[in-house]
Amino acid sequence: MVHISRSRQDRSLRDLVDWEQGHVSREIYVNEDIYQQELEQIFGRAWLFVGHESQVPNPGDFFQSRMGEESVLLVRDRKGELHVFLNTCRHRGMKVCRYDEGNSLLFTCPFHGWSYDTDGRLVGVPNFQTAYRGELDKSAWGLHEVAQMSNFYGSIWATWDPKAPSFEDFLGAFVPSLRRSFEGSDGGDNGLEFFSPVQKWRLPTNWKFPGFSFAGDHAHGAMTHRSTTVAAFGPQGELAGGDRHGVPSRWASTEYEMSIPALGHGGHGRIYEQPGVGPYVETWQTVLQADDYYHEMRDKKAEKYAGQYLHGVSGCVFPNVICGGSRILLWHPHGVGVTESWRFYTVDKGAPKPVKDAQRRYMMRYCGPGGMTESDDMENWNYAYPASLGTVARRLDYNFQNGVGHAYADDRVPGFTLNYRIGEENQRSRLRRWLDFMEAGSWDELSPAKR
Amino acid sequence: MAIDTTQQAIERLLLEREIEQFLYHEAELLDERRFSEWIDLIADDVHYHMPIRRNVKFGEQARENSDADSEISWFDEGKATLAGRVRQINTGLHWAEEPPSRVCHVVSNVQILDVHGDEVKVKSRFLVYRNRLQDEVDLFVGKREDILRRDPITGWKVAKRTIVLDQNVLLAKNITVFF
Repeated sequence: MVHISRSRQDRSLRDLVDWEQGHVSREIYVNEDIYQQELEQIFGRAWLFVGHESQVPNPGDFFQSRMGEESVLLVRDRKGELHVFLNTCRHRGMKVCRYDEGNSLLFTCPFHGWSYDTDGRLVGVPNFQTAYRGELDKSAWGLHEVAQMSNFYGSIWATWDPKAPSFEDFLGAFVPSLRRSFEGSDGGDNGLEFFSPVQKWRLPTNWKFPGFSFAGDHAHGAMTHRSTTVAAFGPQGELAGGDRHGVPSRWASTEYEMSIPALGHGGHGRIYEQPGVGPYVETWQTVLQADDYYHEMRDKKAEKYAGQYLHGVSGCVFPNVICGGSRILLWHPHGVGVTESWRFYTVDKGAPKPVKDAQRRYMMRYCGPGGMTESDDMENWNYAYPASLGTVARRLDYNFQNGVGHAYADDRVPGFTLNYRIGEENQRSRLRRWLDFMEAGSWDELSPAKR
Repeated sequence: MAIDTTQQAIERLLLEREIEQFLYHEAELLDERRFSEWIDLIADDVHYHMPIRRNVKFGEQARENSDADSEISWFDEGKATLAGRVRQINTGLHWAEEPPSRVCHVVSNVQILDVHGDEVKVKSRFLVYRNRLQDEVDLFVGKREDILRRDPITGWKVAKRTIVLDQNVLLAKNITVFF
């Protein structure tokens, strides 16, 4: 375990993270040793988001993804099975693939020419008969594969730890909510496809600033995004009453912070006062076909969910991904003070082209580094980091007290705790799980959740 | 374009000069943060596109730049969105540009690729330097391909602009400058 003695004497991690009271030392966001321990204990053990099956539909298709700081390959093998491999040659470590995406039935290392099949087997070694005298055990030197992979309604997740519980157990009560994040707007499972390519950009801040606060920090919107609200830019692409979001279809409902404190997942959710799917609200006035399409999909969804309550939460999965709202937000650690942000955009598989185009263009002007809304998030996350680095600054705690002591369980959403919609409940949940991961020697102490 | 006569050569030189001066004027307006004047140089039907650059295999260069018709880009928008961005900066509340960045647009290698009626296709290189707060620096370097259209009031307007940034992972935290 890391001991911090630089600015506070021998503080244990437990002492640095008092999530019950909402006092969290800045050290955990800026300390290099703690960061290294995160790579080992969190990114080496937790289930991480890798990609989506729609990115690799055909045998030989690959997508270069990332787990923590490391490059991995999502590959569909010749037989159609999916794999996730560490992108490094077992001989001398060179990346076996340097393309972002593509199709290849063989990954040949550009260094000495070792080559691997799409299922990871080492199949070619130059001078195998002469220099190696046929003695190299090729079966032992295939590409290093993740310990476990899960295809969750089309989304691909993986962990390096063979002792990690199943992905469903890792999610716990979050399963139904995350499942709905990958539904089409007609309510059909695995109803999404991913647009290509991925937006990737570097953000000079610790990964936890965006990773723990995005979609868990409802308090920031009014201030951070004031200019977008004033400039007024909704899905229509023109002035629309100052609402920067579309108008979601909904029944009378109450919004809460919802989190699973022991597992660290959570975000914003709604509890509905009646079952089923609410009436459609026109959102895309200037793209008529889009409203027609989404209206029709809403009707199908209403059929599917007739009589059922759709309580649930938008998906923030510990440690570094947020799913839902036509996008996947992934915050990769890239050094203690740098985050490599990856943004995937999604759309209904069967949507007609004008709808896909409208959706895509809306996401581009709203989200990502060029997005009118999110460009301002980057500024805040950026400068919170250096302002926390100083000798004096890092003696201070961050304040995570918003709503402390007011969380409560509700039978309608078993497994979750609720709190007022603007608060820091799910950020405290993430910090609590963070602490568990950082202290636990193995999954034995983490599974399903430390009490 | 073939140049047959001295007169054509002179006209060509004058056109090149005029186009260059227009591009420099645009850069000047942007660097002086006169965005409301700059947006008047943008045609109402403009397509403003900055693709994402992929790392692709030799022979697959056609897939290198993301496609405006079906894929994700850094920017892919028309005048309404650009005008919204100008409005946003002019609120004084757009924290990514408040306090204002210091921006320098260097435009060079101007080549006229085609002249078609009142439209001219122009390729150029850009180097956009952004410096903000104490020591934050971003450098955006790449190629632009524009279609400029003659306009009775402003001289020229940008009818189409493709901005090819020479980066794969964007090395800036955001892009709140115009190109």
